[in-house]
Amino acid sequence: MTPQPLLLFDDVTKIYGSGEAAVVALDRVEFAVQAGEFVAVMGPSGSGKSTAMNILGCLDAPSSGHYYFEGIDVASLSRDQRALLRRNYVGFVFQGFNLLKRTTALENLELPLIYRGASREERRAAAEKALALVGLSDRASHTASELSGGQQQRVAIARALVTEPKVILADEPTGNLDTARGQEIMALLASLNAEQGITIVLVTHEEAIAAYAQRRIRFLDGRIESDTEKVLA
Amino acid sequence: MIGNVIILALREIRRNVMRAALTTLGIVIGVGAVIAMVTIGNGAREGVANSIESMGRNLIILQPGTRRGPGGGGRASAPPFAQADVDTITRQVSDIRVAALATRAATVIAGNRNHPTQIAGTNNAYLGVRDWPVIEGRIFSDSEVRSGRAVCVLGQTVKNVLYGGQDPIGDEIRVGQIPCEVVGLLSPKGQSTFGQDQDDLVVMPLRTLQRRLAGNLDIGTIWIGVNNAGDIPRIKEQLTEILRERRYLNDNEPDDFRVNDMQEIAGVMDATATILTAFLSAIAAISLLVGGIGIMNIMLVSVTERTREIGIRMAIGARERDVLTQFLVEAVIMSALGGVAGIAIGLAASAIAVHFFDLPFVPSLSIMLIAFIFSAAIGVAFGYFPARRAARLDPIDALRHE
Repeated sequence: MTPQPLLLFDDVTKIYGSGEAAVVALDRVEFAVQAGEFVAVMGPSGSGKSTAMNILGCLDAPSSGHYYFEGIDVASLSRDQRALLRRNYVGFVFQGFNLLKRTTALENLELPLIYRGASREERRAAAEKALALVGLSDRASHTASELSGGQQQRVAIARALVTEPKVILADEPTGNLDTARGQEIMALLASLNAEQGITIVLVTHEEAIAAYAQRRIRFLDGRIESDTEKVLA
Repeated sequence: MIGNVIILALREIRRNVMRAALTTLGIVIGVGAVIAMVTIGNGAREGVANSIESMGRNLIILQPGTRRGPGGGGRASAPPFAQADVDTITRQVSDIRVAALATRAATVIAGNRNHPTQIAGTNNAYLGVRDWPVIEGRIFSDSEVRSGRAVCVLGQTVKNVLYGGQDPIGDEIRVGQIPCEVVGLLSPKGQSTFGQDQDDLVVMPLRTLQRRLAGNLDIGTIWIGVNNAGDIPRIKEQLTEILRERRYLNDNEPDDFRVNDMQEIAGVMDATATILTAFLSAIAAISLLVGGIGIMNIMLVSVTERTREIGIRMAIGARERDVLTQFLVEAVIMSALGGVAGIAIGLAASAIAVHFFDLPFVPSLSIMLIAFIFSAAIGVAFGYFPARRAARLDPIDALRHE
């Protein structure tokens, strides 16, 4: 018997709008991600990969079918319960970094911990540790707008890490960076996966970036076109 | 948890101090206006109380009123009082001090300076009734009062105008046409309830004034000092009875004189000040309301402007209620800070104003507390709608917002 997957799409359909204007973003998609995997999700725009990421990140719920996060059926959860799931188990890294602009790196890292109700000391310690992990200890009191793009993305990764999540969802994390910075970021993500065993799901359209992952899922027109795991199996 | 929410809100406010300041400007002005109005109003009331005090406590003032003319048409001033009235009152009413007063306007001249002022003809009892001691020289002697000698006691203002820093005692001045020896100087008394300078007068014996300035024996006002405040109603009744009899009024005729006591006058003045304060405060309260709407306005703009930030917060685990409380707490903190600033400004403004109007500065802790709580409440009331709008945002849309 295979272990319970961390993330499981079971016959997931997502439809936006209704009637004539209805758009099927995901059409009966099925796949599973095991804990510790590093998965790249690929596909042209409009293929459904972003919708899949939103559902994976519990930002959205499927229209039909089930999405299980560690066996929990997310579709049955309320908005607030999904927020708690994100708070405790999911870390996000976005293409646009999405740090609070006029806020220092350290305060950005403390933010998710504040929502967790961590004490001031716990926050400070965890934030400093995460910042050290991405090699930016010396930028702690710089505001986001004072940091370069690569540095901002490293702070964003640290923010995703700081709560010790079960999965990091990275949506085109290198999209706004030059090749060298992009490779640094990917190396960082790869090492987090390899050394800390953090599950990573990454959306990208660049083969070179996807190459860092162990597995590739390719979307087309709301369906999975190919999945390297299945090829291997 | 609430501590953390406050930290987040304070960080947000600190990040944009200018916006926060402009947001709360309405509250600052509103609270400032309310505080200033109430503080000035309190000062005015206290000022009234003080000046009433300076007129003399436990005073009854008798003045001629109006009387219906012959045939019932028109109203004319009633005849003045006479010495016989004063004597009767002195004889028949116990536990009082009686002072008859007649006044005339005249110009006083000393050397090459002159000053138009009010001449009060009375006796020493008047100064006693009004708690108004002579600080230099002396009061009138009995023989001076009886014989109507030309002696006078100066009020502070008159002395300052005529003599400046010099000692006037023993000097001879001219009052109207008559030469008059200065025997005393009154202590300063300040403004009356009605804003008059009480020190702008010259006091001389009643008989002197009647004979040499007025040319008649009329008495304009009778001042009565009551030893016991509790006796005032009884004594007023007695005085009314005596005067009606002496002025030959039938039972169906109304009084043609007025019997006022200072408590009564104080009450009227106090009521006036209260109504005025309430009225001005109501206007100020409207500006508080406008201030609240200002907060709502800016908060709504701020929610739109910060949509992406809200999306980020939701992505990293903020629930609806976390976002709601954050925005609500921000609104409350801003409006409460605005309230504090308003209180400070209101106090400063009223301190300047009362200095100008020569009133006492009477800050009221309770109104400050009310203003503070009210401004925080405005933050809740007007911050709720924008905060709810922020909390209801869809995280995916919010994250995509440019």
